[in-house]
Amino acid sequence: MADAEQDAVGRAILVNAAASSTGSEYLTGASSGALPARATRRPRASTVLLGAILPIALLAVWQLISESGVIPSYRLPAPLTVWQAAIDLAQRGLLFPDIAISTQRVLLGFVFGSILGLVVGSIIGLSRWASLLAAPTVGAFRAVPSLAWVPLLILYLGIHEDSKVVLITIGAFFPVYTTVSGALSHVDRHLVEVGRAYGLGRLSLLARVQLPAIIPTVVSGLRLALAQSWLFLVAAELIVSSLGLGYLLKESQDNGRIDRLFAAIILLGLLGKLTDTLIGFGERYLLRRWT
Amino acid sequence: MPALSVTLAGVSRSFAASGRGGASGRLAASGRGAASGRDAASGRGGATRRVLTNIDLDIRAGEIVALIGASGSGKSTLLRQVSGLDTPDVGSIQIDGTPLVGIDQRCAIAFQEPRLLPWRTIESNIALGLPRGTPKADGAVRVGELLHLVELEGARELKPSQVSGGMAQRASLARALARGPGVLVLDEPFGALDALTRLTMQDLLLEVHSAEPATILLVTHDVDEALYLSDRVVLLGDDPEAPQGSGSGIRRILSVPGSRPRDRADATLALLRAELLDGLGVSSHHRPAPSPSTTVRLDSF
Repeated sequence: MADAEQDAVGRAILVNAAASSTGSEYLTGASSGALPARATRRPRASTVLLGAILPIALLAVWQLISESGVIPSYRLPAPLTVWQAAIDLAQRGLLFPDIAISTQRVLLGFVFGSILGLVVGSIIGLSRWASLLAAPTVGAFRAVPSLAWVPLLILYLGIHEDSKVVLITIGAFFPVYTTVSGALSHVDRHLVEVGRAYGLGRLSLLARVQLPAIIPTVVSGLRLALAQSWLFLVAAELIVSSLGLGYLLKESQDNGRIDRLFAAIILLGLLGKLTDTLIGFGERYLLRRWT
Repeated sequence: MPALSVTLAGVSRSFAASGRGGASGRLAASGRGAASGRDAASGRGGATRRVLTNIDLDIRAGEIVALIGASGSGKSTLLRQVSGLDTPDVGSIQIDGTPLVGIDQRCAIAFQEPRLLPWRTIESNIALGLPRGTPKADGAVRVGELLHLVELEGARELKPSQVSGGMAQRASLARALARGPGVLVLDEPFGALDALTRLTMQDLLLEVHSAEPATILLVTHDVDEALYLSDRVVLLGDDPEAPQGSGSGIRRILSVPGSRPRDRADATLALLRAELLDGLGVSSHHRPAPSPSTTVRLDSF
């Protein structure tokens, strides 16, 4: 997990560099290589169609396999059975509360974690003293495997919402913290100096020069944080909960309802993709405004 | 703001020796490096490299002074002292008779690179230079005037990546003028431009100077530019008598005759040009050099 974050930081910084070095290409519209340009392009129908080929093929193969009887249905339910299980759950009013509570937990944890990550990342990224004093400690906390927090959080905060939201907050915090603190130390020295020369104090320098300069990196960090939030949600709900998609997974496993298990997994995938797409829209707006 | 006088008295500046030659001064002088440079200079960090030593210079209000010198002779470092981005270890700088402490609103700087914020339009980049607390309406009027002055009215809504190098540099100049500075500090402002654009920009700077008089201190590598623009040319360099590493000082101050706009092909200027080039250790082939050595030999003046 930590490796994945590091990779993302590296990638984001590279993207940043690419974005600034290809600035002149915007003029000629030849900015094929830069990610911001790609991100600002609206998805065309052909893009959507191409992306849909693989899921449809998977669905067809799945249907063929379950029809052929090679794998028994208690191990691999047919797509239609899974669909019916989802409809059944929805009709009994059991599905939407699960989806709602899980989404709520993810969004709350994501928002809290991102804000904290932004604040702590800014402080540590900008202040040499804060970095010397606190960066090793934050690094050590990051090294703790996320699930190790669960027993402690349950002891402290009980099995209700608080412990789950806090766990997700922890999950969302680190990608944002790492990307922000890393990127702030790479902001173009020249631009920072201009800000200083025109009398900007530390806070207005951060707001007017440094944060805008790292927007592409911050957005990458946010996307990563959102993915982590869903990961931590399922971890939290699998361990202890009475509602939510993780709970649906656990309960389906206990009752041998493999059709519901499949439905829950697919739902998690869809929700994760949906929220990521929403961030993608935000990203497109931010990059258009800030690059 | 009217043009203000600048007085430098005994200004010296040292940096921690980092073995990176001329670049280290610039690096150390910005941001976090400045703190370590200061530590080193006060004897806590070991070896130091002295860049400037004992600079005395009086600049009259409204005067244009060009600083020239070989690479690493501390020109940019001296500008940073005057603009308040850096502080001398020894000596003092006064603007209009009051000491300079840190970043000063009376002073504005423009750099060799335009250094525009890439996410802001040209217009709002210029607005960044307005004095803090300027009412919005006044600011808009002022930015409008400046756009007119530097002939960028057509580009106000464009982003820096959409304009040419010369336009970006004009925007950078306008940003520096936005606060109506008494002292305008320019660090090789036209150094990155092509030769023709540079000539146009030099004339623009003179127009700006007559429209909004400010004291101008500019660093340049271009001897012709120095002679064309300035009232006085200050040559910075190492003292050939002093031991290595004792920092550069003012080797020579040269008053440029005639009033602006000057004839670029003037014969007197050509003589001064040869003299300055010789001071920089470059043979101008204008007259036979006294010896084949190409080192700085200012003592022969």
